[in-house]
Amino acid sequence: MSQRESNAQTFVVATVLCVVCSLFVSGAAVALKEGQAANALLDQQKNILDAAGLAKGQYGVTASGLTTDQIKDLFKQVTPYIVDLDTGEFVTDVNGLDVDDYDPREAVNSPDLREDIVNPEFNPGEKFRERFAKVYVVSDAKTKEFQQIVLPVYGKGLWSTLYGYLALKKDLNTIQGLTFYKHGETPGLGGEVDNPSWKLQWEGKTLYNPEGVPAAGLAKGTAPLGNKYEVDGLTGATITSRGVTNLIRYWASDDAYKVFLTHFKEHGIDTPKAGS
Amino acid sequence: MAEQTTKKVLVEPLVDNNPIALQILGICSALAVTTKMETSVVMSIAVIAVTAFSNLAVSAIRTYIPSSIRIIVQMTVIASLVIVVDQFLKAFLYDISKQLSVFVGLIITNCIVMGRAEGFAMKNKPGISFWDGVGNGMGYGFVLLFVAFFRELLGNGSIFGATVFKLTKDGGWYEPNNLMLLPPSAFFLIGILIWLIRSFKPEQNEEA
Repeated sequence: MSQRESNAQTFVVATVLCVVCSLFVSGAAVALKEGQAANALLDQQKNILDAAGLAKGQYGVTASGLTTDQIKDLFKQVTPYIVDLDTGEFVTDVNGLDVDDYDPREAVNSPDLREDIVNPEFNPGEKFRERFAKVYVVSDAKTKEFQQIVLPVYGKGLWSTLYGYLALKKDLNTIQGLTFYKHGETPGLGGEVDNPSWKLQWEGKTLYNPEGVPAAGLAKGTAPLGNKYEVDGLTGATITSRGVTNLIRYWASDDAYKVFLTHFKEHGIDTPKAGS
Repeated sequence: MAEQTTKKVLVEPLVDNNPIALQILGICSALAVTTKMETSVVMSIAVIAVTAFSNLAVSAIRTYIPSSIRIIVQMTVIASLVIVVDQFLKAFLYDISKQLSVFVGLIITNCIVMGRAEGFAMKNKPGISFWDGVGNGMGYGFVLLFVAFFRELLGNGSIFGATVFKLTKDGGWYEPNNLMLLPPSAFFLIGILIWLIRSFKPEQNEEA
């Protein structure tokens, strides 16, 4: 047996290779971390701006057509808050994490910070939701007056969980916009949730019916003219369409944001309570 | 073994010995990422980089690699490179990296990369191995771009996101072919490409 094939040589090569490769990978990960985090934050801000229609309002294009500085500037109108979905009140922090550090999507994985979704009236297809949500308040650039609220929503479509933002106007009942920033639906069918002209239909739709039950959603086929609640269903994507309807109605229901929205309507942005 | 020249290892994998069309390797990602030209270009560059540098690295250490663990060694080198490429995309091309999602990570399992490392880099010098990696990456990229061109054009009426055929839903005349947006269409297109290549190069036909 040649020296190259000996056990000692095998161990040495394996060890050296592993050390070199791990240094290489971790070096790249550390060096690029800052840029990646900035990109992820920017991406989130773009999606919130698009749901609220701010980029369109100011520049006439969607946020992906704006420069980083323009996005940062627009985002000055947006303030994030943590909300306790059980009481509907604002809180300052969750387990010591303040509003910048708290990540609701991570919270769903932690048994202390999530709640089971049991027999909901509208089924979003998820088992859990976070107990504390992060909502975004949009105020006027000059007067600082409350304009819109952007609520993160998610639920199952056909293949994937769709993650998005639902923006409500001042009356907390008229929809400003709905965008999804992450999903794995079929391109051209369920993936049409990203179609700009379809998304435009949401503006002005009413979220709750007069009895206070969530009624906004997708029609089967084309929405009847003058329907206050429904937009067109997605062609060839029955299950995605149903999923989107259910997730909007679930998040608007008593199980999720309704308690907060009622509280918010009465009290406005009151002083956040100390966190749990 | 026939002598390998830089030109030969660069040009041959494009048509004469194309990894997808002749060797039928790397089909999975060719179906998944080719709905748009933009993602295909980035995916091709990623594969070229990984194949080239994994060939270079494997070839550089080929005389030290014990044959009992050579596949694992190649795998480790390839996996490290793919993770780094993925990190780079996340840092500099975030939107495209989101669209490519898991398929960058799956370059690790792309048979082309592994095939070149085992089949070429283990027997040749680092310089020529590097160019062999570039050539095979380009051969893969060529098929990707061919498929993506037709899928984006016929499925979405655009090329690189710029409208070529105006769609009926935007008030134009073109009713897009939704099949083109689904993975099976790539099978048809790759099939047509292979048929074309073999019509011009009958020596590629297998014995019946």
